Amino acid sequence: MLSRVAETLYWMARYVERAENIARLINVNNLLLMDLPKGVSAGWEPLIDIIGNREPFLELYDDFSENNVLEYLVIDKNNPSSILRSLLAARDNTRTVREVVPRQVWESINRSYYFVKENAQGALSKRGRFFFMKHVVEFAHLTFGALEATLNHDLGYTFIRFGSLLERADMTSRIIDVRTARLVHNQTSRPFENIQWMSVLRSLSAYQMYRQQMGVRVSPKEVLEFMLQDIVFPRSVLFCLNTLRHLSEDMPNNRDIIDRVEHSIQELRAQDAAKLKADVLHLYIDELQVDLAEIHQQLSEQYFLH
Amino acid sequence: MMIDWDAYQNSGFFDELIDAGGQPRQSGQALVRFLSELTVEEMDAARVAAELAVKEMGITFTVYGDGSSIDRAWPIDIIPRIISNEEWQKVEAGLVQRVQALNLFIDDIYHEQNIIKDGVFPQELIKKSVNFRPQCVGISPPKGVWAHICGTDLVRDKDGTFYVLEDNLRVPSGVSYMIENRSVMKRVFPELFEQISVLPVNDYPSQLFDMLTAMSPRPLNTPEVVVLTPGMYNSAYFEHCYLAQEMGCELVEGRDLVVNDDDCVYMKTVAGLRRVDVIYRRIDDLFLDPEAFNPDSQLGVAGLLRAWKKGKVSLVNAPGAGVADDKVVYTYVPEMIQYYLGEPAILPNVESYRCYESDDFNYVVENIDKLVVKPANESGGYGLLIGPKSTREQQQQCIERIKADPRNFIAQPTLSLSTVPTLDEEQVEGRHVDLRPFILSSGEQTYVTTGGLTRVALVKGSLVVNSSQGGGSKDTWIVEEEGV
Repeated sequence: MLSRVAETLYWMARYVERAENIARLINVNNLLLMDLPKGVSAGWEPLIDIIGNREPFLELYDDFSENNVLEYLVIDKNNPSSILRSLLAARDNTRTVREVVPRQVWESINRSYYFVKENAQGALSKRGRFFFMKHVVEFAHLTFGALEATLNHDLGYTFIRFGSLLERADMTSRIIDVRTARLVHNQTSRPFENIQWMSVLRSLSAYQMYRQQMGVRVSPKEVLEFMLQDIVFPRSVLFCLNTLRHLSEDMPNNRDIIDRVEHSIQELRAQDAAKLKADVLHLYIDELQVDLAEIHQQLSEQYFLH
Repeated sequence: MMIDWDAYQNSGFFDELIDAGGQPRQSGQALVRFLSELTVEEMDAARVAAELAVKEMGITFTVYGDGSSIDRAWPIDIIPRIISNEEWQKVEAGLVQRVQALNLFIDDIYHEQNIIKDGVFPQELIKKSVNFRPQCVGISPPKGVWAHICGTDLVRDKDGTFYVLEDNLRVPSGVSYMIENRSVMKRVFPELFEQISVLPVNDYPSQLFDMLTAMSPRPLNTPEVVVLTPGMYNSAYFEHCYLAQEMGCELVEGRDLVVNDDDCVYMKTVAGLRRVDVIYRRIDDLFLDPEAFNPDSQLGVAGLLRAWKKGKVSLVNAPGAGVADDKVVYTYVPEMIQYYLGEPAILPNVESYRCYESDDFNYVVENIDKLVVKPANESGGYGLLIGPKSTREQQQQCIERIKADPRNFIAQPTLSLSTVPTLDEEQVEGRHVDLRPFILSSGEQTYVTTGGLTRVALVKGSLVVNSSQGGGSKDTWIVEEEGV
């Protein structure tokens, strides 16, 4: 497997995963805003913080209005993480490895890029938004499904899975960080606290699984535990890291990358969710983000083109 | 409503399907029978089906827009072009003969230059050739082959004879579309293939792969063969991917390769470096190696030429093969065939005037309004002057250009290219075509594609068939004659 091809497959997967996560994030926020009274809701601003783009956003827009934030997240060409830009990057990456990717996968990425490009206005209108986001999420599932079912599960597939899982762990940690820090606590918002925590779960499509797995009412400690440390929920950070650990075993000369992932796993296991509140949580998430960046760094130094 | 085949006019050109009396030619009878039974709606549905197949299969080519390149759907006309197998056999023999002579010529030019010593070919032309590579002098590539892959453009004139228009010996492209056109046609008119025995074309990728492996410098059962592409912005990128995929070998870019101190070429894999034996390169000579040619090239691999000269890697086509890919050198191919093979040329050249010879020059100046003037080394139809379609002023400018550099121009009579019925809205009308077969040479044997890529000028009366300038294509059928 060529280093360049491995790198391209890895980024292709990251971008598809990213488009899916952003679409899901928008949908959940949309639903949450309908449940919360004005004054309780934080509006659309948190989404910009989740993708860590506050400054570049403010260079382009005056305020965090619904329209501005959506435009930025869905179609803005200046935002490297917008859905359109992510899919374009996924498509460009796929184009350069068309000879190794099954035709079906190329077609699904190709089609979805055109869908977003041609229907972006639908995403901005309140009415079309839900279906637009749903479609983006479904296409990502189609792409990963086609990969799983039609691509040889060889080294190339290992890098695809690695890219997707690392992106997922990163997004989960960002969502926890921003959503929990921005929970509104005051007398008026009391009745809505539960809804807010449920929304944190929903951002990760985790609500139903949480119920099945934890069997308790929605409470901050359990939610954090579930999203950070659960070993069966496929979007929890630990689940992602464990999978990365398995994937590393299939790579050549993998001592360093295994050690790197292993280190992050130990750190995460050692955390006590009950103590992860406010600043402590925020500091830990910062550490976790640095860890994830280092895993990426290790991978590219070892396997990608220089 | 049916298409009215009786109203089909071949308006003074040689039409490949319908003869001057308005009757289908023998090898096209079954096709015309089939097409005459289709209604306009069925014909249109077939056209839509073909377009959909092209879109779904992702058959595209790239056109440079303003700074961004765009994929365009490959245009296919659904009425195939038919050539009888009997006639094709002759053409095939002519192509084999031609490419053998060209390879002998290139090898001679980089070694003894006997053809010059014997006064058959002027020394002058080599001195001023932009595609002659001094770096290649004295090099002997495996089995003496320089132009492993050649795409030769053929046209028919008014008399129905096939003439050679030019030989593309650098990085000829289009073969993937030849194969894909057939896959599309099988989806669109499956029943036609039951009625007519059309010779298959999809053998090419394995023939190509066999030729490439035969060039390996290491005697291995499975040499490492790669396709070297300039990358996704190249206009033929689709083809590079397609051929790599069909042959099951790596598609690499320059940055994936490295030449080490042992002068061997390696590709960078996730498990470390892996040696490469044969490179099917789709990058022009001058960009291949910044160490030997253009130092600013981002596409090539430093040291590649060194590795090739040392015989550690095979390059296909060999650097320097383009010396024969020159419109002026082209005018000498019949003499080359006679000189190297001792035979007369089977396929004729188009009559050509060499602007550096004074008689020819005078003739060209006097008759420029009737001639097509071609620069020696442009491809894709660029830099042409088509006399009958140009203004006096353009002709004057062209004469000035010739005077400044006579060695770099030839002129030819304006040809009346043959036509093939082509679907235009709801009508079928004749459109001009050419044909590009591909010839593979491995030294031991020469393989010619069954037919080739037919390009068609989609605009009425136009002679421009280049896809970059709005031309389309047709599936090319080599068929056995029907008994009447």
